[in-house]
Amino acid sequence: MGKIIEEKKKNRQPREGALVEVQNLKQYFPVNDGLFKTKYVKAVDDVSFYIERGETLGLVGESGCGKTTTGRSLLRLYEPTGGKIFYDGIDITNADMMPYRRKMQIVFQDPYASLNPRMTIGDIVGEPLDIHKLAHSKKERSERIIEMLDRVGLNSEHANRYPHEFSGGQRQRVGIARALAVDPEFIVCDEPVSALDVSIQAQIVNMFEELQQEMGLTYLFIAHDLSVVKHISNRIGVMYLGKLVELADSYELTFHSLHPYTKSLISAIPIPDPKMSRQNKRIALGGDVPSPLDPPSGCRFRTRCPYADELCAAQEPEFREVSSGHFAACHHLDKIN
Amino acid sequence: MSNLLLDIKNLRLSFFTPAGEVKALNDVNLQMNEGDVLGIVGESGSGKSVTAYSIMGLVPFPGKIIGGTIDFNGHRINDMTEAELREIRGNEVSIIFQDPMTSLNPVYTIGNQIREVILLHTDMNKEQAHKRALELLTLVGINEPEKRLKQYPHELSGGMRQRVMIAIALACEPKLLIADEPTTALDVTIQAQILELMIDLKEKINMSIIMITHDLGVVANMCQKIVVMYGGKIVESGTSDEIFYNPQHEYTKGLLRSIPNLSDKERKKLIPIEGSPIDALNPPAGCPFAPRCDKCMKICLREMPEYTKISETHECACWLLQKEMFEASTGGEA
Amino acid sequence: MLNKNKSLSFQLDVSDFLPADESEKQSIDIMRESVSFWKDGFRRLARNKLAMISLFTIIVVMIFAFIVPSFYPYSYEQQIRGSENLYLMEYSGEELARIEAGEKVFPHILGTDNLGRDTAIRIMMGSRISLLVGIIASAIILIIGSLYGAIAGYFGGKVDLYMMRLVDIIYTVPDILVIILLSVTLKYPLRSLADTVPGFGWISTVGVGLISIFIVFSLLYWVGMARIVRGQILTLKEQEFVTAARALGASHSRIIKNHLLTNCVGTLIVTTTLQIPSSIFTESFLSFLGLGVNAPMPSLGSLAAQAVGGMNSYPHRLLAPAIAISIIILSFNLLGDGLRDAFDPRLKN
Repeated sequence: MGKIIEEKKKNRQPREGALVEVQNLKQYFPVNDGLFKTKYVKAVDDVSFYIERGETLGLVGESGCGKTTTGRSLLRLYEPTGGKIFYDGIDITNADMMPYRRKMQIVFQDPYASLNPRMTIGDIVGEPLDIHKLAHSKKERSERIIEMLDRVGLNSEHANRYPHEFSGGQRQRVGIARALAVDPEFIVCDEPVSALDVSIQAQIVNMFEELQQEMGLTYLFIAHDLSVVKHISNRIGVMYLGKLVELADSYELTFHSLHPYTKSLISAIPIPDPKMSRQNKRIALGGDVPSPLDPPSGCRFRTRCPYADELCAAQEPEFREVSSGHFAACHHLDKIN
Repeated sequence: MSNLLLDIKNLRLSFFTPAGEVKALNDVNLQMNEGDVLGIVGESGSGKSVTAYSIMGLVPFPGKIIGGTIDFNGHRINDMTEAELREIRGNEVSIIFQDPMTSLNPVYTIGNQIREVILLHTDMNKEQAHKRALELLTLVGINEPEKRLKQYPHELSGGMRQRVMIAIALACEPKLLIADEPTTALDVTIQAQILELMIDLKEKINMSIIMITHDLGVVANMCQKIVVMYGGKIVESGTSDEIFYNPQHEYTKGLLRSIPNLSDKERKKLIPIEGSPIDALNPPAGCPFAPRCDKCMKICLREMPEYTKISETHECACWLLQKEMFEASTGGEA
Repeated sequence: MLNKNKSLSFQLDVSDFLPADESEKQSIDIMRESVSFWKDGFRRLARNKLAMISLFTIIVVMIFAFIVPSFYPYSYEQQIRGSENLYLMEYSGEELARIEAGEKVFPHILGTDNLGRDTAIRIMMGSRISLLVGIIASAIILIIGSLYGAIAGYFGGKVDLYMMRLVDIIYTVPDILVIILLSVTLKYPLRSLADTVPGFGWISTVGVGLISIFIVFSLLYWVGMARIVRGQILTLKEQEFVTAARALGASHSRIIKNHLLTNCVGTLIVTTTLQIPSSIFTESFLSFLGLGVNAPMPSLGSLAAQAVGGMNSYPHRLLAPAIAISIIILSFNLLGDGLRDAFDPRLKN
């Protein structure tokens, strides 16, 4: 019986209208444990979601929850251990990625590590043009580079300089210009503002929004800061230890969260308002995130969950649609809410 | 009125790098009473950490104090020798750092590292030191302290390591605890635990805390007094209500406008502060924020403004406030 | 407080409080002069006195080794009858007679050897051979080692495992033994190649010994370089800019060439510069044992070896090549250290 359901799951059709969809995505990494034993870190374990064209899906979670890995597996920067990836209705799990590299791009967290220190800004932004042979002459190439730099608020004077001459925010702009150079439809934003100063973060967030409007981009926006994710996303998924625990419209999720982890995550965020933060009642979460090498049985959140009981240890909760478009994985949703 | 614990006057500090002099602190004035929790807010390069380090006499090479005084708990810090400073560090003032991974020595057990600090600063014997270490771990909310004492740093999680760091910092019941971005490297739920612990400990052992952070949310509920730094200069200081509800400096205002608030019911556009942080080698002559300020005036680029007192506790260095006063004094003809 | 502000207001002008325009704001916000990796590195190198002295010394040695011999009145294989075993600045009887006759005779600055060859020119030529061997061998090592290390490090996993085990095996092979075996076994095939196939005549000039040294360098000595490069690549390939290149669809060779090796350039320069003296040393040592260049071609090692016999009566014949070797090796080592400080600051601390 269970097998049939499993089979059924595997043969699901891609969702109509979704630009990007992952079904039961699994990404395990082997880790040497002792001399000859190999264990697996289940960085992403059975995650499914879709992103509609022109939409921004936010992905939040604490370090080690697999949100970054999800973004990279989606781009096939890692070979997924299991599951399927669809782009515009086409299964690209085993496809040649070259044509899709032009459509799907990524912007990274660390503006220091994500730019090659030996290349000029112009060459960094020009590299995608060289790889995909998008510029037919030197003149066209440099025009395109300047156009890209202009689009992210830099100018042609910056093209001959090296990354170390720029501030964090400017480097992040270069990273975005590089991603935009191939004229993509979909961008994975992997914690693009986490490493930036507060006053710069808003510049970059606004730029992402403007670019989305101008170019009709679709984003997967990964961050650990729920306030930023809520600001930019249409829908938000919350991950914990390699699993999606809740997924809903961003306002629905912040104001009517269902899963106990999401609730405590929201209450733990420091509010930049003294009066409100004095009133704010924290739902204290004890303990630490367990190691992804030995995740707890059943529900992975049960070791820190105030509502956990035997059922949670014995059986993994199903990720189900509780109300229209609001998914959550918890046995005790009725009891908690 | 409680006693003045820390008094920094006109502190100027520069880094003498091969590329030139970097003015890290420019006439910093800071007072703090016993039992206060003071928040220093600023972005990277604003001088917030350097200020805190100079209180401990720990100015990183090639930095040098070139003017001003630091009085802490009856000591004139900038006149003290290295040996005298060592007496104070860990004893009267302690520090916890951002990264709990690199601030613990990986080759010694937790117990070893806590006991070492106790033995160094008190005349306890080994047995007593061990007992005290157990006490401290219990105090910072670590379960199974006996077992943890025998473990190495890599066996503990990030939050646990930061708790150990706090335990070490508290070993000699310091008067002042400096927390340099203590939760930046931690996850939100762990950050909440650590912040709660610090508030709790403050009540328990009556110490003062300087909280250095870039996160306005962290200082909002923790600190009574907040200092906002930009480009090596204190641009505004006041109680947390004053800073959050009546900000005077354009930088503070901009900062508050540019952070998204989770509790906003509808989508508001963020209003960023345009421009890039200042080039430390080539600082502007006047107000450090002038090149990014949209209300910048001619004088702002030329001269540093004086502090204007808004209330007993609220001060701000901005020409806009001086302008009001100027207009008032000239009868409003400008 | 108020008083203070009043006094201030007298010094101020209404115009000071006019809004500043963009150009005024911009004038403060100028970017500093662009500094590339190379510029920055050479600037640091130029500040290092010891390295600059070494560089100067190397240039002087190179001038003597490559340029001066073409103008020198004697050649390295020229045997001057009657001028055997001359001392420093000494003239033979025949030459004295010619000077008497009003002819100008260039002095034998370092004397002559037992066959009447001018020692000074032989040392210059010896330096040329030693430098050539050092540079060519290091170039071979650089190319093979960096490519091998880069491929092993970049692909990782099984590829890395097998490639590095091969390196471990090569480490165990005794190099001197291989050189001796090669020079013995290659002697006849190479000689016949030189004699029969046109275009290979240079083999007999260079000598079978020297060729086997090059073969051994390219077979065995690159392993150190490979290990260093592999280590660097392993950390570099985890950097996000490499992931970014992969996300853009860059090919493996493009990533290795444009992103990985360019970031190893500092290490490559330093390791190669430090490899040159060690190759020179190996060559001198082998030539000293008689395994190096063919006579009459001199190398610093073979010159020293020939001089050992007459060490007591003609100490300068041994000292001169020995000092030349020392100066060359020392200069390259010091220059290498300076380059390391300038281009690879991570290794310094």
